[in-house]
Amino acid sequence: MKMTKRSQWALPYVIFLGLFVVLPLFLVLVYAFQDRSGAFTLGNFLKFFSTSEDLHTFVYSIEIAVITTLLCLLLGYPAAWILSNPTYNRSSITVILFILPMWINMLIRTLATVALFDFFSAPLGEGALIFGMVYNFLPFMIYPIYNILQKMDHSYIEAAQDLGANPRTVFQKVILPLSMPGVWSGILMVFMPTISTFAVAELLTMNKVKLFGTTIQENINNGMWNYGAALSLIMLVIIGLTTLISNEKGNNAEQGGLL
Amino acid sequence: MAKKIIDIRGVSKSFGGKTVLKDINLFINQGEFLTLLGPSGCGKTTLLRMIAGFLQPDEGSILLDGKELGDTPPHLRPLNTVFQRYALFPHLDVYDNIAFGLKLKGVPEDEIEKRVRKVLKLVVMSDYEDRDVETLSGGQQQRIAIARAIVNQPKVLLLDEPLAALDLKMRKDMQIELKEMHRKLGITFIYVTHDQEEALTLSDTIVVMNEGRIQQIGTPIDIYNEPVNAFVADFIGESNILNGTMIRDRRVSFIGHDFDCVDEGFGENTPVDVVVRPEDIYFTTEAAKTQFTATVKSCIFKGVHYEMFVDTDTGNELMIQDYDPYPVGSTVQLYIDPDDIQVMKKERTTNALEATVSGEGSIELLGGTFECNTAGYTAGDKVRVEIPFDAVDLQDDCDAGELTGEIHFILYKGDHYHLTVKIDGGGALYVDTNDIWDKGDLVGVKIPKKKIRIVGAL
Amino acid sequence: MIRKILCKGYLAVLLLALYAPIAIIAIFSFTEAKVLGNWTGFSTRLYQSLFMGGASASLIKAIENTLSIGLLAAAISTLLGTVSAIGIHNLTARKRQVITFVNNIPMLNPDIITGISLFLLFIAFHFSQGYLTVLLAHITFCTPYVILSVMPRLTQMNPNIYEAALDLGATPAQAVRKVIVPQLWSGMLSGFILSFTLSIDDFAVTLFTKGNQGMETLSTYIYADARKGGLTPELRPLMTVIFLIVLILLLAFNLRTIRQSTNKR
Repeated sequence: MKMTKRSQWALPYVIFLGLFVVLPLFLVLVYAFQDRSGAFTLGNFLKFFSTSEDLHTFVYSIEIAVITTLLCLLLGYPAAWILSNPTYNRSSITVILFILPMWINMLIRTLATVALFDFFSAPLGEGALIFGMVYNFLPFMIYPIYNILQKMDHSYIEAAQDLGANPRTVFQKVILPLSMPGVWSGILMVFMPTISTFAVAELLTMNKVKLFGTTIQENINNGMWNYGAALSLIMLVIIGLTTLISNEKGNNAEQGGLL
Repeated sequence: MAKKIIDIRGVSKSFGGKTVLKDINLFINQGEFLTLLGPSGCGKTTLLRMIAGFLQPDEGSILLDGKELGDTPPHLRPLNTVFQRYALFPHLDVYDNIAFGLKLKGVPEDEIEKRVRKVLKLVVMSDYEDRDVETLSGGQQQRIAIARAIVNQPKVLLLDEPLAALDLKMRKDMQIELKEMHRKLGITFIYVTHDQEEALTLSDTIVVMNEGRIQQIGTPIDIYNEPVNAFVADFIGESNILNGTMIRDRRVSFIGHDFDCVDEGFGENTPVDVVVRPEDIYFTTEAAKTQFTATVKSCIFKGVHYEMFVDTDTGNELMIQDYDPYPVGSTVQLYIDPDDIQVMKKERTTNALEATVSGEGSIELLGGTFECNTAGYTAGDKVRVEIPFDAVDLQDDCDAGELTGEIHFILYKGDHYHLTVKIDGGGALYVDTNDIWDKGDLVGVKIPKKKIRIVGAL
Repeated sequence: MIRKILCKGYLAVLLLALYAPIAIIAIFSFTEAKVLGNWTGFSTRLYQSLFMGGASASLIKAIENTLSIGLLAAAISTLLGTVSAIGIHNLTARKRQVITFVNNIPMLNPDIITGISLFLLFIAFHFSQGYLTVLLAHITFCTPYVILSVMPRLTQMNPNIYEAALDLGATPAQAVRKVIVPQLWSGMLSGFILSFTLSIDDFAVTLFTKGNQGMETLSTYIYADARKGGLTPELRPLMTVIFLIVLILLLAFNLRTIRQSTNKR
């Protein structure tokens, strides 16, 4: 009796979610398939595939996102491994220091990078863009990998050693496969924001380089809502695919690890 | 005569179409220690929660002191509960946990302090009032949970498997303390447990429940010595449950021999269930006393007594408990006192079911289609059918039979097992078999054509 | 030994790189030069002008908006999230799964999508955009985090304690206030801090929902300022202060969780 009553406490939030999460996403879908007058059209998508500048920006953004993600993985995995290894690090403060930048305003971090480049009189451009992105998103890679490495049962490693594996084999055959779910969620956490950022690129390159996020923002700002919605939908599809792949791989790796 | 404090009248309850309690009638006397005993899922906790007010009966009513409780919410009922996992408030210390109810009632602070001190002394936890409840051991938490309930001076104390989470030694100690507390407080205790030994030790009255129904109400001695049916006999203590035939008053036949007994009124040549407790089968060397002989199959020391399994000369297996061991393989002479033979009416002697004739030579039964001699009936007729217990064939392979089901209850009857098989989609079949099954096994059910007998139209 | 030094050195270099940009801003917040990188001698004038009213009125307004939206969004989200978490916890498993899935969307969605989708919502229903729409948008992305931090407390909670309180004479309202809420308190506090941090940090969602009536938060102010070329010098001490506040909040928050988990062990 009382239980059913308390389950109704969720009702306001269900309505809220419907109004502010489901409905808006549905509107993105609706606007994407409408022209200015509200009639159904595929024109927005046709326009995207025939505008070489936008298409080029799209491909370029994916390239930048992939490069950033790979660099973060390359730099982040060793860091996560060292942080999780009690031989090298016992302090939880060090871990927090690595995770903290995740919570600092992206604009402030970006402007700080600009300041750094200015300070060393380094030119702003593609190099600055990739540096800034890696700087912005590295913590997002370190955190999930660290998390999974740290929770890993140490007896797996001992078991592998006991069965005759040298440190290199232990890493290849045990640690790496077991940490794959963390790697995949790190990839997701870096790839998703890099592909969708907009302000960062403008500020880091003095408007020299444009990313897909900026294209979307410009269209929305200029009142091209339908086209903007269509571009958003394309981004959502890319993000949905990435999520799906990384979930799949993450789960597989987990299962593989257990077997 | 003792005063009724709680009177439960015709209470039924179902959850999502599944009946958990069916027409429960029960009264509880002032000051009594009453135990609701039964296997998990028998409805005992549901009944307790209804008394506490956390659930409402679908039908029937519960009276407290002669007044209907109706939909009085739990916080207005003068009853308190000791919960299974204590449910102490982790953000409050021992003192505040116990004082919780009194503070809500607006009892003056100095009075609260006096009463909390008093109950702490009663549960032997006097020095613990400032302790954080999460630092206490399971047994200590249990004492605080009891103190928190009794400090409110409830008319009835409800205890929901309060000792289930404790280890064996602790449980035994707490049993004695509970009994002592009940004596000192003089209030009514309603105790829920699935542990028959706990029930026998603590209670004035035991209510044995199974599948939502009361099986037997009685004192521990009544329940142990005179179980009314095979379920109670099997659930309470160890027992040999056997098929028998009442030859005439005071004479019963089982395991292939005839015995004198003290039971009357079953009629002549009536099939019955016979219960003999393992400690009531005696060894003898005197030929005159010997009623039957048997071969010892196994002998295990159980601390106080030895537990032996023997095969009788007629091929039945019996469990015997005795202070002296007999070597495995030896032949022994045995007898049973007439007083120790408990004869019970058989609840059923065959599967009696309703079916629909679905065509020539086939019927619909329990959701499956079976072949059967349907001479004299036409399709669509509703008929009553009988299937002997030993005619039902159980298969490992769920797809092998016309029906699928789950082994729900197993009773060993000396030379075979009597199983209750819950059929998927509702209904049950009772099966006699020599095969060994485990509770919860999924089975396919086959019934040979010849064994299904239509006994009449509905 | 060499390995150990190498490993520690690697961490140190990464940390240095991670914190260098902020360190530079912090250092140059103590000099008056208009252009960053120019050291014109130590001075606290920028701090004085920031806190003593020397800064432009629009910057002050933006700071006020950021703080008030942050506090309001955090407070409302904490309330809404806690009540909802209790409700969701008592739902059947199936319904709970559906709601949890929808609840995850704002956390998984990139800011730009959340921003644009809400922008389209306000456009479609001719809702004039400003302070209120930003607040609503912030509640939208904060509440899921509150639910996420309150939920584990609920699942850990002994399901009988609510009933125990009723049994001891508490009305349902008293039981929630005196027993359930104290149990959820730490989860609610985490949710509040998280929401506040998320809200004051947000840029993308705010940008799309703030409308064009001149409503700015600190993020959008900084963005507009940076786009005009060159930062207002007062932003340097401001960024330093924000960084320190976030640092302290998060350190406190994290140390608390660490201490709690070690206590449990």
